Amino acid sequence: MSFFKKMKEKLTGTSESVSVSEKFKDGLSKTRNQFTSKVNDLVAKYRKVDEDFFEELEDLLLQADVGVDTVMELMDKLRYEVQRKNMKDTAGIQSVISEKLVEIYESGEEESNEIVLQKDGLTVILFVGVNGVGKTTTIGKLAHRLKQQGKTVMLAAGDTFRAGAIDQLQVWGDRVGVEVIKQSEGSDPAAVMYDAVRSAKSKGIDVLICDTAGRLQNKVNLMNELQKVHRVIEREVPGAPHEVLLALDATTGQNALVQAQAFKEATNVTGIVLTKLDGTAKGGIVLAIRNKLHIPVKFVGLGEKMDDLQPFDTEKYVYGLFAEGLEQEEADTSK
Amino acid sequence: MAFEGLAERLQGTIQRIKGKGKVSEADVKEMMREVRFALIEADVNLKVVKEFVKKVSERAVGVDVMKSLTPGQQVIKIVKDELTELMGGEQSPIQFAKKPPTVIMMVGLQGAGKTTTTGKLANILRKKYNRNPLLVAADIYRPAAIQQLQTIGKQLSLPVFSLGTDVSPVEIVRQALEKSKEDHNDVIIIDTAGRLHIDEDLMQELKDIRALKEPDEVFLVVDSMTGQDAVNVAQSFNESIGITGVVLTKLDGDTRGGAALSIRSVAQKPIKFVGMGEKMDALEPFHPERMASRILGMGDMLSLIEKAQANVDEEKAKELEEKFRTQSFTFDDFIEQLNQVKKMGPLEDIIKMLPGAGKIKGLENAKVDEKQMGRVEAIIYAMTPQEKTTPDIINSSRKKRIAKGSGTSIQDVNRLLKQFEDMKKMMKQMSNMQQQKGKKKMKMPGLDSLFK
Repeated sequence: MSFFKKMKEKLTGTSESVSVSEKFKDGLSKTRNQFTSKVNDLVAKYRKVDEDFFEELEDLLLQADVGVDTVMELMDKLRYEVQRKNMKDTAGIQSVISEKLVEIYESGEEESNEIVLQKDGLTVILFVGVNGVGKTTTIGKLAHRLKQQGKTVMLAAGDTFRAGAIDQLQVWGDRVGVEVIKQSEGSDPAAVMYDAVRSAKSKGIDVLICDTAGRLQNKVNLMNELQKVHRVIEREVPGAPHEVLLALDATTGQNALVQAQAFKEATNVTGIVLTKLDGTAKGGIVLAIRNKLHIPVKFVGLGEKMDDLQPFDTEKYVYGLFAEGLEQEEADTSK
Repeated sequence: MAFEGLAERLQGTIQRIKGKGKVSEADVKEMMREVRFALIEADVNLKVVKEFVKKVSERAVGVDVMKSLTPGQQVIKIVKDELTELMGGEQSPIQFAKKPPTVIMMVGLQGAGKTTTTGKLANILRKKYNRNPLLVAADIYRPAAIQQLQTIGKQLSLPVFSLGTDVSPVEIVRQALEKSKEDHNDVIIIDTAGRLHIDEDLMQELKDIRALKEPDEVFLVVDSMTGQDAVNVAQSFNESIGITGVVLTKLDGDTRGGAALSIRSVAQKPIKFVGMGEKMDALEPFHPERMASRILGMGDMLSLIEKAQANVDEEKAKELEEKFRTQSFTFDDFIEQLNQVKKMGPLEDIIKMLPGAGKIKGLENAKVDEKQMGRVEAIIYAMTPQEKTTPDIINSSRKKRIAKGSGTSIQDVNRLLKQFEDMKKMMKQMSNMQQQKGKKKMKMPGLDSLFK
């Protein structure tokens, strides 16, 4: 079965839960059009695979923040593939594009999109990221998700810097119905973590999710502070934090790669949560992040409600990268 | 990993052109290709880039480049000038209402930094413009958004108007307007909830707030790290509610900030302020030229110079220059210099402003260890006056004494002596270079190892 047929089936939702895939689709593409018609449009617009076609595709991907390097890599692969298979018309090219994109994303490795939960004992998840990307909101949503799965969850209010951050986490804690360990604003975040880990252990909690203050990756002192937080958790629970999730705003451009690099160096990031994907931004830079730094996306944030956090699905994501861009191009050319 | 600036990107092309008698149209085309990539990597929107490159090409293919001796520099200059112009020549001040209160609305996506900027703006209005602002908490959606503004209000000792989360934002603003009359607040700043530009209901809410009393300023707050989507955001907000200006936040990060150009060219509204940190006084006026340099990865020399001017004693600087030239630079001067530099703020920030600093080997990710600087100071303070002026006399027994006196090791002392020698050499090179301008490529031995 071809890749696109599989995708179509998924998106029209025969096998999987409709609501989830609909949500993803809505979030990504805000369109009611059927997927097939889009494929047809592409084929109709470009019957031939020529330089114009490649150029337009290149533009689409660049506008999704995929970045020059990755786009060039993809174009080279595509041109080679087209030549190898001697493809003249656009029939079938779509699947090649998606396959190559997925290939670049996964770069032959099987990094899991799932978060790792310990079978017995405490799992600690640490959230890191720059300011305003949605760490606290994501923590609320993740807590809800884990609780739905029958886990006992506790939150640690490690953002002791930003005004109102502790209150914000507390509201989420109340909403979801989980305990929040906190100290006063301005206290040492490492001390909060210490308390939280101790408390989670003694209460036999399954998952402890730790919030941290947003920080720009070029602030050395703040990155050092984050390392300290990481060390404190590690000392209290060997092997922890089991997941370090970098919250990344989908509207962020090429700087996201620098962010991922810096946070990985400081805290050994294990995954990314791509937030605010319900807007018009695509966050295409995650392709480069996965490709160069081997950090997989684990969740996507699609709104402000409790259940607006979905597991990442590479194929659907890749489809969304160029499907909507295509629409936009069509609108532009038809003007 | 660090992104290449335009200058580095153009190196290859320029090298080739250097050997030739004149620059062909094809050369310009090739350079423009690099310009295009540099801008896309700086997050300038693709469509904006295309228009821009077209415009610059037209200028570049003209005579001035062809006849120029250094076409590469000429192209960079054209690109930079054009960028600067595009981002708005003069700075535009805040518009105040003729009859108070002045109403300022803060709008934008989630997490752009509206609430923090609201506080910073109020702070400036009070300090610089001698106004008496009232902050209005109209974000009833995000948990604890009101508390955040209240905390900021408390920090600044400024009044915050809120009615909790059960009253509609429109009603909150209506009552706030009345309240401001009672309390004689001459400016009210409305902190609205972050929203997606495609969320029609919430955009309508902004229109309704707007309709209460025509605001004097509607500031779109945008994260400077925003990528290609910046155009959509700016366009939507501008079309549906009409913005009067832009505040670019988190510019103290290391993003190139191409979003500035994208927003400017689609919305045609001035960027009025930039957020430079989390503290309440970290809001600065926007400088188009500096932004242009930054987008092109050319370093922020102007800011550096300004910083130096503000902190370095003119007389001492002249003295030092003289010493550089005559090679009579001693450890005392070295300490003096260290102190001057320290006054300018965290070293790593300063290094980042140096053009091409990213290219110096070992400096691209320089993390300056302030403790190391302390050690250097200790070693120097442990020297006798004679040792400071003529380090050549420092033999191994003196080294042992210095190490002991400063609580360091002999290796540390050795390293510093070596670095000091290197530095002297570098200075000699630099003063030579001033005489025969640019003939030699500048080498900075020891500079990278000094901060590690």
